[in-house]
Amino acid sequence: MTAKMVVEGVTKRFGDVSALGPCSVQVQPNEFLCVIGPSGCGKTTLLRILAGLVPPDEGRVWVDGEQVRGPRPEVAMVFQHFGLLPWKTVWDNVAYGLRLQGRPKAEIQERVPKFIELMGLRGFEHKYPYQLSGGMQQRVGIARALAVDPEVLLMDEPFGALDAQTREFMQEELLRVWRTQRKTVVFVTHSIDEAILLGDRIVVLSSRPGRVREVLSVDIPRPRSGDRVRGLPRFHELRHRLWELLRAEAEVVR
Amino acid sequence: MRVAAAAPAQRRVPTRPRMTPAAIRWLSVAVGLGAWEAYGRLLGSPIFTYPSAIARAAVALVQTGELQFYLQASLVVLSLGLLLAVAAGIPLGVAVARWPLLEHVTDPYISALYATPTVALIPILVLWLGFQTQAKVALVFLFCVFPILINTYQGVRSVDRRLLEVARAFCSTEWATWRDVILPSALPFILAGIRLAIGRGLVGMVVAEFYTSITGLGYMIVQYANTFRTDRLFVPIVVLMGMGVGLTGLLKRLERRIAPWMHVLREE
Repeated sequence: MTAKMVVEGVTKRFGDVSALGPCSVQVQPNEFLCVIGPSGCGKTTLLRILAGLVPPDEGRVWVDGEQVRGPRPEVAMVFQHFGLLPWKTVWDNVAYGLRLQGRPKAEIQERVPKFIELMGLRGFEHKYPYQLSGGMQQRVGIARALAVDPEVLLMDEPFGALDAQTREFMQEELLRVWRTQRKTVVFVTHSIDEAILLGDRIVVLSSRPGRVREVLSVDIPRPRSGDRVRGLPRFHELRHRLWELLRAEAEVVR
Repeated sequence: MRVAAAAPAQRRVPTRPRMTPAAIRWLSVAVGLGAWEAYGRLLGSPIFTYPSAIARAAVALVQTGELQFYLQASLVVLSLGLLLAVAAGIPLGVAVARWPLLEHVTDPYISALYATPTVALIPILVLWLGFQTQAKVALVFLFCVFPILINTYQGVRSVDRRLLEVARAFCSTEWATWRDVILPSALPFILAGIRLAIGRGLVGMVVAEFYTSITGLGYMIVQYANTFRTDRLFVPIVVLMGMGVGLTGLLKRLERRIAPWMHVLREE
């Protein structure tokens, strides 16, 4: 099976600080890949390079065998800060990507309600982002990304700004949605539990400059739910393993 | 002042909830006017006046059509100058924010002209443009254009970088980014600039009417001051006050309607 996305020897420096890499990862088609690492290890930088938002200093990124040189319509992103346009309603925010891609009006009229429905936003179509809670705002962010029918979904700590309860609820929602929208997902997080619950594999990055420290397979069968997964012995083994890896990395920094 | 002072004060007030802030304001105005009326009648001086005399003078000036005639002349000057300032200030502010080269080229001129008291330019405007409407409109324009230009520039520059990245991630073209992100985000700044411009424009209008050919509400003021008709003299002043309060209030309401999210952010 050929990889959906290939990252090869990517590095990034900011001034004198080496932020990332060299870092090499392969993302398989329809895989849910979580990226975890100590804070400041360049997780977000890696994701922005995958999105084509910043060029790597060295190395290359391919999507479907094509080199990434800038943002691509088949790659969509979900942001930690939600990134909704405050002057657009929920409906218009969800339609944002479709309109930018110049999709026909009929298609937009058909797809937007579909994803509003899917993300549980019915009845909020005409609200503005500031009228919604954080969890609801991120539902809009996810609906907007899914609406363009991307092949790859990049998620940058999408639930990092939410409170603990909302966060768990949103994880369940994402699992539910992913069952119907089987995208290739790269999901950056700093939560060990979140990575195990969601991921097929977990890439553990080292402390700065972030390199791939280890790749763990999460052999917990799907469909998963938070309650059930957290009760499994395998969950605790993985959790323990990730803890050790991350603690070792955190100590390097100190 | 009303906005700045009212917000924090309201939280400490609940010890005496008998009168709403609005009621206190109305009462304050009523007491002030009442005191003025009483003092004015008591004094009985020909060059002092009081509210009821001003009201009578206003009715007379409206009945003869004099007030409307001069108000119209003033409004033409104000609206032409303001319109030109909006038409020039917004595109120029956008352009200066968009192209750094243009910013560096124009900045010395804009800073210098903005810092110059505009009144000092009146003689030169009269020499170049004459005494008529042209010179007046030019003066109002100079009073109005800078707040609009500078606010537009600030609005464009203060766009959320993260939203620009969102636009880029969704493959937005530059034109689409201006349409969807930059201009909507700058709009409340632009409206605030226009609100400031209206206040300055009224000053420019009256100053122009005093110092070029004397017309409009400025003419009424000068004429009735020279003839000691203080009751009539106050009529155009009250009208100017009403215009200032009304127009800026209108713009404030417009800002709230167009950018409700701004006020939510401020209240948090």
